[in-house]
Amino acid sequence: MMKKPRGTFYLLITPVLLWLLALIVIPHMDLMYRSLRFETDDGLWVFSLNNYLAFFEDQIYWLTFVKTALYSIFVTILAFVVTFPVAFFLTKVIGKKYSSFMTLLLLIPIWIGELVTVYGWMILLRDNGVINSFLMKLRLIDAPIEMLFTNFSMTIGLLYISMLFMIVPMMSALDSMDDSLIEAASDLGASKWTIFRQIVIPYTTPGIVSGGIIVFMLVIGDYVAPNILGGKSSLWFTEQIYNKFLASFNWNEGAAFGFLLLLLSSFIVWVALKLSGQKLDKVGS
Amino acid sequence: MKKLVLIGAIALSLIASGAMAQETLRLLTWKGYAPAKLVKDFEAQTGIDVKITYSNNEEMIAKLRATRGAGFDLAQPSQDRISFVQKKFPVYQPIDYSRINTAQLTTSMVDAVKRNTAVDGKGYGVPHCYGTTGMIVNKKLAPGANDWSDLWNPKYSGKISYRLKRPLLIATAFGMGEDPFALYGDIDAYRALMKRVEKTLIDGKKYVKNYWTSGDTQVAIIKSGDANVISGWDGKGWTLHKDNPDIDFIAPKSGALGWIDTFAIPAKSKNLDAAYKWINFMLEPENAAYFTNQEGYGTASSGAIEFLNDEIKANFSRSFPPADLDNIKWHPPVPAGFEKIEAKVLDKIKAAK
Repeated sequence: MMKKPRGTFYLLITPVLLWLLALIVIPHMDLMYRSLRFETDDGLWVFSLNNYLAFFEDQIYWLTFVKTALYSIFVTILAFVVTFPVAFFLTKVIGKKYSSFMTLLLLIPIWIGELVTVYGWMILLRDNGVINSFLMKLRLIDAPIEMLFTNFSMTIGLLYISMLFMIVPMMSALDSMDDSLIEAASDLGASKWTIFRQIVIPYTTPGIVSGGIIVFMLVIGDYVAPNILGGKSSLWFTEQIYNKFLASFNWNEGAAFGFLLLLLSSFIVWVALKLSGQKLDKVGS
Repeated sequence: MKKLVLIGAIALSLIASGAMAQETLRLLTWKGYAPAKLVKDFEAQTGIDVKITYSNNEEMIAKLRATRGAGFDLAQPSQDRISFVQKKFPVYQPIDYSRINTAQLTTSMVDAVKRNTAVDGKGYGVPHCYGTTGMIVNKKLAPGANDWSDLWNPKYSGKISYRLKRPLLIATAFGMGEDPFALYGDIDAYRALMKRVEKTLIDGKKYVKNYWTSGDTQVAIIKSGDANVISGWDGKGWTLHKDNPDIDFIAPKSGALGWIDTFAIPAKSKNLDAAYKWINFMLEPENAAYFTNQEGYGTASSGAIEFLNDEIKANFSRSFPPADLDNIKWHPPVPAGFEKIEAKVLDKIKAAK
């Protein structure tokens, strides 16, 4: 039964529209406008694509982007590998009572915020930090292993702050899977690997893909972990955008780079959806 | 529904009365520039509530530019970063020097800052404190390190750290025996110099442990032993020296870089009275001396010297023998467009292997 929209309808829709318009559409339009403005050597402002061309002209920019994208994909895959057993264990192996308590424990790092977590990793990983001193005390190593300010420490940091966003969607997908499917397959003589590959994975794919998208977006747009844990060569693309705005005062090029990050990362997500045969509306729900 | 409205009304009136009851001063400054004790004294004396936001030169400019000079009543940029910003984005307003108690300040410094921050004949800054960028060295573990060129000296491989920002490029040029400030009038020559600086720093990158990024990480990296030869600020080096006598600030042979941080008033400052009150308060001899005793940086307040600790005076004579004192390179105002060149060089160094 269709009714004509009434007062309540407008009352409910207004905040949504206002939110979308004021906090998403207008700022992006402004950013888009800025990204197309260019100051010539004579100090005149003209419309041009020069800000976007700068990205392709200088290899340092697109190389950094490619590096950032590859690393983000790598961290996403790593997050899946690390967290899938955890999600499976929590939903299928132990009882409901313990599992909800353990899930709560898993969430604790999120409560304290990214910056604090990252500083925590610094204390653990530095040359005379917790891990190195411990290993040296046990006489397993003679000299400290260099872990902090390397790609290793950056990967750990990125993984740590993002993997929870992988676990939660996977857990809800696994949760809705009927255990009898596994039992039936097992009764019919399927090996563990076959069950995993043909039943568990297809069933959890929507969860994996939506978790993967969140992790990928978090990692590619992160600033703190690469900057603090990554060391001297870890130029992340977000850092370049930051530098455009803050170090060279070139907001227009910064805006263009921001748009390129948005476009290119959306493109990667689109490719991932195509490859996994998922639809955005299904994954998003 | 009625309840909701009531709660909303109460909340609103609370917020409103909170804002009405107290005057506020919104201060945009560096960590350590508003010591808690002085803030408390100021609040007790004037009844003005001080709200502090910590920042650095680049962020101060970006923040004020974003709001066209609104959101803060007083800022503290370095004197060399005011005039070119003001010419391009008018985010500050001229200082009314008659409202500054200049009698308590070092006259030569007031004049120099006024001149260096001038746009159309009006000064935009009042000096607050000064210091130098030089090197902080663990003398026991890295004996002999005493010049900018040691930041790319293989002898200290793996134990070197610095902040990859524009002062380091300037320092590197001096360490290479060049004078970047002499090229401030010639952008092409400066660009060529920056190319050479870029090469030196990329070649030397393999010896670097990490780049530090803030006052806190600067202290942490040498205190923890992750690095022994770093670029650093004199005040930080002297604070470290108190805890560990092996670590000290050293004025590099090719010249420490002198900076002066100022008070500048944003264009849309809402509380000018409070801003001027704070400036005069902070530069009162006893308060200025408290700041210097705490942070180690020199002050523009001329009478403060009487109240300084002996230890602070000793720091200065230990790190600055007369020849090095004469050799301090004071930052002249940065010409427009130079930061664009430098930013690209910095990106390239950061991205290099």
